[in-house]
Amino acid sequence: MKVRFAGFGGQGIVLCGVVFGQAAMLDGKRSIQTQSYGSASRGGLTRSDVCIQADEIYDLLYEEIDVLVAMSQQSCDAFLPGLLPAGHLFYESDMVTPNAEWSGHSLGINATDLAFKQLGRKVVANMIMMGFVNGALGLVSHDALVATVKQKVPPGTGALNIEALGLGIDHARAARAT
Amino acid sequence: MLETTLAPAEIADLYLRSLGGTEHFIQGDEAAAMGALFAGCTFFGGYPITPASEIAEVMSRELPLIDGHYVQFEDELASISAVIGAAWAGARSMTATSGPGFSLMQENIGYAVMTETPCVIVNVQRSGPSTGQATLPAQGDVMQARWGTHGDHEIIALSPSTVQECFDLAIRCFNLAEEFRTPVIFLMDGEIGHVRDKTVFPSIGEVTRFPRRKGTEGQDAFGGETIPPMLEFGDGCFVHVTGSTHQDNGMRDVQTSTVHDRLVRRLVRKIDEARDRIAMVEVDVMDGAKTGVLAYGATARPALGAVLQARAAGAKVSFIRPITIWPFPGSQIAAACDGLDRLIVPEMNLGQVNREVERYVDCEVIHFGKIGGEIHSSAEIRAEIERANR
Repeated sequence: MKVRFAGFGGQGIVLCGVVFGQAAMLDGKRSIQTQSYGSASRGGLTRSDVCIQADEIYDLLYEEIDVLVAMSQQSCDAFLPGLLPAGHLFYESDMVTPNAEWSGHSLGINATDLAFKQLGRKVVANMIMMGFVNGALGLVSHDALVATVKQKVPPGTGALNIEALGLGIDHARAARAT
Repeated sequence: MLETTLAPAEIADLYLRSLGGTEHFIQGDEAAAMGALFAGCTFFGGYPITPASEIAEVMSRELPLIDGHYVQFEDELASISAVIGAAWAGARSMTATSGPGFSLMQENIGYAVMTETPCVIVNVQRSGPSTGQATLPAQGDVMQARWGTHGDHEIIALSPSTVQECFDLAIRCFNLAEEFRTPVIFLMDGEIGHVRDKTVFPSIGEVTRFPRRKGTEGQDAFGGETIPPMLEFGDGCFVHVTGSTHQDNGMRDVQTSTVHDRLVRRLVRKIDEARDRIAMVEVDVMDGAKTGVLAYGATARPALGAVLQARAAGAKVSFIRPITIWPFPGSQIAAACDGLDRLIVPEMNLGQVNREVERYVDCEVIHFGKIGGEIHSSAEIRAEIERANR
């Protein structure tokens, strides 16, 4: 399973890939993570790729992806052509309008707005998105995801980040129910 | 610094013991830095450069915790100089850089060779020449690692293909540096330096550290035996260290041809004679195979993937991965290539290791170079295998 988190620098995109990669490792799977490097990850178009599978991983770079999580229009436009037809698109619905040509699975969530209005901090939008994606696809176990987030976020912000993660999971459940 | 009655080495062991036996999802650069710490590195002198900066970052964070020293210098010339000085003062010392910085360090890498200074120089290779593609990986410094500094010499260089190997081989680099009293190049690449993967830290008791052999007052520190003992600064012994040609006792003698001949031949011999012991080569030979793939560093990963895909489709293909790059493990590679008609060598350069391979093997060597900052995919290498098999 090849997952690409993409957006603009500052949205916490790199962290998303690192968290899923580490959580998959805790689940006993093989996983690797790569990311765009340099000034792009600090303001421009940025991506964080994670590959998760049961057996050894040989390729470090790939064009085709199974899941695209787009947090900006630019990133959706840039990477949607690489999403496999049977793949899944997740997008920040206030910021992204997927290309009309995409006819595969897609699920949107207004993660940034929810983060600000319900949790008071826009910065946890990435956590809402991570919960949303994992709630829909179950890429990693819930326990591993929570444990990794707690370890990776700055001291004192664990509760807020876990709450944001839970909010995303709830929205995925609601989306499934409809 | 904490007030303590513990010796620095005990502080370090106590700290590293707390990390032992744990698994981490970290970058190759971070793994290399942690490997260096487990190897007993207590001094890092460097100037940050992409894609090696994370090594400096980890060392600046960790070394103060174990009573070690992290110094960021004004440039790479000062960095390598300080690394050499720290080694003579008793430290296991290192620096980490990339192409442009590695170029600047060349003169003093030669000084480390000539003065038989154990130290580790990490080069996380990026796309050159010059500033090139600063953030993107390459494998263009293989020959520079061998011949970058001037004059007759041998050098040791290792190249990791996984993040775990970044950790494990960093330890081996330090041990080889001590065993052979020589600078060792840890030849990483930007791809393996930046990918995150699972890495397991061993318990500190499982790590073997080659102890530095020290001499006593009056003993020759630059001759008398193939690898003489060191006389460190501060031990109270008289020692004269010079990059100029010197006698067995270290005193300068640049006029006597036999002195130079004896010294430089010994510097070459101490590594050349041990090349089989230094050689690390992963060999996965398939009976009846006429095609082989030889790859190293990050490129070895998609290369192995391609070989396994080809085998799953019924092709017979051998796989060879030199881990030791210098001294070149030619005889091991020649033996692994016995019976092959052709050997494909994918590299992120326009031809370096393939030329060295050609010196040792009887079969056709097909170079499959890729530059521009992107590593090969397994599909690309598999297509090359199929083309060669036609």
